[in-house]
Order: sequence, then structure tokens, then C-alpha cells
Amino acid sequence: MTAQVKYDDVEVGTEIPAQTYQIDRMNLVMYAGASGDFNPIHWRENFARKVGLPDVIAHGMYTMAQGGRFVTDWVGDPGAVLDYGVRFSAPVVVPDEGGAALEISGKVEQKLDDNRVVVALTARSSEQKVLTRAKAVVRLA
Amino acid sequence: MALNRDFIGRAFPPSEPYEVSRVKIREFADAIGDRNPIYRDPEAAKAAGHPDVIAPPTFPIVVSLGSSALADPGLGLNYAMVVHGEQRFEHVRPMRPGDVVTCTSTITEIKSIGNNEKLVVETDIKTVDGELVCKSYNTIVERGA
Repeated sequence: MTAQVKYDDVEVGTEIPAQTYQIDRMNLVMYAGASGDFNPIHWRENFARKVGLPDVIAHGMYTMAQGGRFVTDWVGDPGAVLDYGVRFSAPVVVPDEGGAALEISGKVEQKLDDNRVVVALTARSSEQKVLTRAKAVVRLA
Repeated sequence: MALNRDFIGRAFPPSEPYEVSRVKIREFADAIGDRNPIYRDPEAAKAAGHPDVIAPPTFPIVVSLGSSALADPGLGLNYAMVVHGEQRFEHVRPMRPGDVVTCTSTITEIKSIGNNEKLVVETDIKTVDGELVCKSYNTIVERGA
């Protein structure tokens, strides 16, 4: 595995520049198909409202996948991700018109042995934290 | 509705073998909007030290979602009220095309949080040869009516 970021080049507190990901209903339909999660709260608005949601919401796993992409884009090799976990603290609401913006940023929280670091992620949409306790352990070069 | 506490600690038999393919990995990478060539191009993957393309870190959900653990009517889960609470993957190594894997799931926790019910499922994703590839920790929340 060849991560492109060197362990010696990062410190606790090193920040990974924020990225914004635009989410459209189409993305959720594609994700439903690819993942096999066809829960209608992710694509049928009247169903989502009927079960008490404000609108269609993104699959938590779609949001988590964007966090994963944020980390793997930074580290280069997705195989360097050894552990990745999140808590879904608020849904990402995806209106038909305009979709949603998901902003993700990250910080090296801890340096471990064996070139491993803990990256803590922050993810927000519509001013709400949508992921908490979002952490990835990655092995750097 | 309260979930059946008798299911705490219940282990479920391994799922049907699932064969990971390049096409499925690419479809998943496309769906999450990730253009990383290591998911698509075997040469790029080899240059990064992998024997073939690899799957994204959250890909194992594709395999573990099909787990029968939550489908048992005796559990009393109302799927329409379910939201994902937490998810974690511990990767032993990345998943690759040709991996034939099964999931063995155990319900490790069920508890009430306010009006909601929280349930944790741990899943070992192993190749049919017995190699552990990934451990998944899936927390779901059934929202109270």
C-alpha cells in the first residue's frame, strides 16, 4: 500500500482542507441501486413526510461514503484506511430543487505507531452536524 | 414498538456467499461520485501495491446489508421507522474482485433511548476460506411513533 501522505509530514492538529459535496436526488437513486438499500425515505418524498421526516433524506451510508472519499482523496490509496466509523447525528435533507450541500473537513487527531494516524472528520449540511464521532484510522507512508 | 430482547446475543447463520466483482465495485464508486482510479483500473491499483482493484472503505455495507439478522419477524422491527445510528468498519484488508464472502452477524445490544429503540449488529465478513476481511458494527435506531 502506498499512501501519498507521509507520516513524518503530519502532526497532531494538521488540518485537511474542507471540501463541499453537492448531493442531488439522482445521487441517492444511484446509491440505492448500488448499495441495495431501497428504503423509500431516500427517494420518495411523500413517504418520507408520512413517516415524519422533513423531506427525502440521504442514506447515512451515502454521507459516510463522502467522508470516506474525503479521507481517501487526502491519503491517496483507499487501502490505507484501516478503520472508519461514524455516528449519524442528523439527517442530510435533500430537497428535489437544489439538493443539499455537504461540507466535510478533517484534522489529524492522534499519531499512533506503525505509521498510523487518527483523522477526525466534521461533516455539516444546512448548518447542522450530520456526522459526529467520525474517525478514520489510516496508515500513512 | 419494543424490540424483542430475546434477540440480544443471538447469532445468525452465515449469509449466502457473495462474490465481489469489478463491475459492482465500479458501480458503487460511481454511485458515491468517487473517481479514484484504484477502484477501476487494475494497473493503477497495482501501482499502489494491490493485486487488483479494491473496493471503497464503505463498500462492505453492500455485502452486510443482506444479512438476515433484522428480517426475522420475531424481532418486531418496523423497517419504515428505521434510521442508521452508527456504522463502523474495521478493515483487515481491502475487499477485492473475486473475494467470495459470507457474513456472520450477531445482535450484541438492544436498548431503549427515550422513545427510540437502538440495536447493534456485529458482522464478520469472511471469505469462504475463512479469512476475516472486515468487521462491521452497525447501529440502527427504530424511531418511536
